[in-house]
Amino acid sequence: MSYAATHDQHDDHHGAPKGFFQRWCMSTNHKDIGTLYLIFSLTMLFIGGSFAMLIRAELFKPGMQLMQPYFFNEMTAMHALVMIFGAIMPAFVGLGNWMIPLMVGAPDMALPRMNNLSFWILPFAFVLLLSTLFLPGGGPAGGWTMYPPLSLQSGSLAYAVFAIHLMGISSIMGAINIIATILNMRAPGMDLMKMPVFVWSWLITAFLLIAVMPALAGAVTMLLTDKYFGTNFFNPGGGGDPVLYQHIFWFFGHPEVYIMILPAFGIISEIVPTFARKPIFGYKAMVFAIACIAFLSFIVWAHHMFAVGLPLGAEVFFMYATMLISVPTGVKVFNWVATMWGGSMTFETPMLFAIAFIILFTIGGFSGLMMALVPADFQYHDTYFIVAHFHYVLVTGALFAIIGAAYYWMPKWTGNMYSEFWGKVHFWNSVIWVNVLFFPQHFLGLAGMPRRIPDYNVAFANFNMISSIGGFLFGATQLIFVGVLIHCAFFSKKKATDRVWEGAKGLEWTIPSPAPHHTFEVPPVINDDELAHGHVND
Amino acid sequence: MTSGGIRRSFTAAAALALASFGSAALAAPGPWQLNMERGASTWSPVPYHLNNVALGVCTVIGVLVFSAMFIAIFRFRKSRGAVAEKWSHNTTVEVVWTTIPVLILITLAYLATSGLTSWADTTGSQMTVKVTGYQWKWRYDYVDYLGKSIDKVGFMSKLDSRSDRTRQLGSGMDPFAVKVGDENTYLLDVDKPLVVPVDTKIRFVITSGDVIHSWWVPATGWKIDAIPGIINAAWANFTTPGTYRGQCAELCGQDHGFMPIVVEVKSKADFAKWLAEQEASSKAPAAAAQTAQVAAPVAGKQG
Ligand SMILES: [Cu+2]
Ligand SMILES: [Cu+2]
Repeated sequence: MSYAATHDQHDDHHGAPKGFFQRWCMSTNHKDIGTLYLIFSLTMLFIGGSFAMLIRAELFKPGMQLMQPYFFNEMTAMHALVMIFGAIMPAFVGLGNWMIPLMVGAPDMALPRMNNLSFWILPFAFVLLLSTLFLPGGGPAGGWTMYPPLSLQSGSLAYAVFAIHLMGISSIMGAINIIATILNMRAPGMDLMKMPVFVWSWLITAFLLIAVMPALAGAVTMLLTDKYFGTNFFNPGGGGDPVLYQHIFWFFGHPEVYIMILPAFGIISEIVPTFARKPIFGYKAMVFAIACIAFLSFIVWAHHMFAVGLPLGAEVFFMYATMLISVPTGVKVFNWVATMWGGSMTFETPMLFAIAFIILFTIGGFSGLMMALVPADFQYHDTYFIVAHFHYVLVTGALFAIIGAAYYWMPKWTGNMYSEFWGKVHFWNSVIWVNVLFFPQHFLGLAGMPRRIPDYNVAFANFNMISSIGGFLFGATQLIFVGVLIHCAFFSKKKATDRVWEGAKGLEWTIPSPAPHHTFEVPPVINDDELAHGHVND
Repeated sequence: MTSGGIRRSFTAAAALALASFGSAALAAPGPWQLNMERGASTWSPVPYHLNNVALGVCTVIGVLVFSAMFIAIFRFRKSRGAVAEKWSHNTTVEVVWTTIPVLILITLAYLATSGLTSWADTTGSQMTVKVTGYQWKWRYDYVDYLGKSIDKVGFMSKLDSRSDRTRQLGSGMDPFAVKVGDENTYLLDVDKPLVVPVDTKIRFVITSGDVIHSWWVPATGWKIDAIPGIINAAWANFTTPGTYRGQCAELCGQDHGFMPIVVEVKSKADFAKWLAEQEASSKAPAAAAQTAQVAAPVAGKQG
């Protein structure tokens, strides 16, 4: 098949380098780099989360109690930038780094040195971005979307733009690496249509990344030249058009939404069959649905712009295209339910997060469908209804999938079982408080509360207070997660078996737990019965 | 929160919602309000009904899918001795659950498209008001009414001084105390509201003098961005006199949360009287009007 022995010469083939600097800073090992990504993203989750705590604290009751409005705006912009580019995306890259070579039977990523570089760019990008909070001009305060002309008023624009360029370079390199690995490094017998759905989802996501990150880079570069080099791309005074920015930004931004959810679909498609002990329902449909969603994501960008005054024809086109996405998305949800049907289910923590994902992501999908209807969106747009929607998709969607994946593969990574009791405590607290946090925001939006405001009319007081309480408790709950991770990695006495889960299938479960530093140095002999999707074409 | 508390809240909200949907249109958000308002213009029921229909459709689908899932969770558990079956696809089922959503979508698309078409038609308006967003206030210029152009009636409209004092960091003032009558108007009141007549198709032309804002009065059923260099148009025909409140909906800088919109809808006779007064007073202190015109240079530019 397409196995290529692109193997770096290591000094020590059977263990990790001893020195800390050698091992972590100079690493070319996909597992170590995956770990770095995951630790980085967990750190960012807490930094972005602390911004969210400040936002919810200010919104706890009407009146300004804690901060100036400008600082509030910095918090909303930075919360989004840190969570999207610092927490969610690197977490998926980390999971991909760790698991894709193990799932396709490759010894490492195709381009190990580039892998190191794409990780180590990130800490610098975020130091740059976060440092703006301590600079005289303050951080970006025009929202993560950085719409001009407002974003051009920010003194730290150049910092934010340069940070985004770095993140973009990192993402593109990561994506190239993943594509090269999947297309060239699969073990003989691991046909494309036998790959795990997670690998498929990452392959498609990587193409999305390569396609749209340059559009973002272009948009923010135009901001930079408008501000510092006298161009007028977005300045109406010089013949430019502020709406042009929004078109370019959302041409990136909508596929970006799917970049943050397609790998989550992949994860759920791994977890559900394992704990239902039954192969995934409609493997081909699942893969096709992901490809379909990825294609559609390129032709729906203006649904973020229904209120900018688009011509009628454009509004109708983008409405129909957006509504269409609910068909392949619906197929995925139905297939997960059908996978459970007739299975033999158990409910360990990863499965609990997967089930919560299916329900809560679907709720986010429903509000997404409602927002696709242009006349209704004239009311929803830029309100808390939107805030509720994308947090259902990104927190109970993407983040829950990432947490589920961490529980699912943690025993393989560490060689130890995590504490099932504390995992469940973490799950139930998360799922309850996240709904207390975000569900009332639907009501706030429908009642007319705009997003990104630091203070509000007293009519919105009740639901805001409930939402804030949910927010504080959801935030605190994530400390349990850290506890579970540390316990599992360093203190757990319960050793994991190689298979870990009774119903687990796929190459990653054929290697020892913990996964040795080097795996599949000789390509595995693939037995279709061992694969989750070995018999799709039969 | 206890389940009793939740139930109490829902009952209170349901009662409130019923009261507000029943007769008078909702002029401002209410506490515990759960759903979108019907609005007070001829077009505003469109988003309201669409919202309700879409919510209903989603609820039904959600109940079906989630109950199927919960039945699966209870029936096919290993602890009950369930043995996993081997099948992994079923073409008929897959075709059915791809087709049915398509049919539902076509229905929704039909409803939404007809509503959108009526919204986009700004022809036949009897009045034109120009709205200009500034950091952080609105300017209203009356352009024409019943075919006659209006002479120099225009003014700035910004957050009322009581809300403004109360919203300062550490003001120690109580937002609940900011009231007009018994309506709580904290951050939803202005020094000078936009005054318009009832039962009149009003064309709003909307632009901005600096950054992007968004002009949103939920009672009209829509919002539209105020963008420098571009003039957007939308229309509203208010069906009931009253005071309708809204806010800027597009992040526009530090005081984005503090640039409310108030529309006072008057009977045609009252409006004619108000307009005559404004025209008279604008002629007397011409100097004042002139400064206001100077303050809006970009607003005149066509996009
Ligand atoms: Cu989108
Ligand atoms: Cu604003």
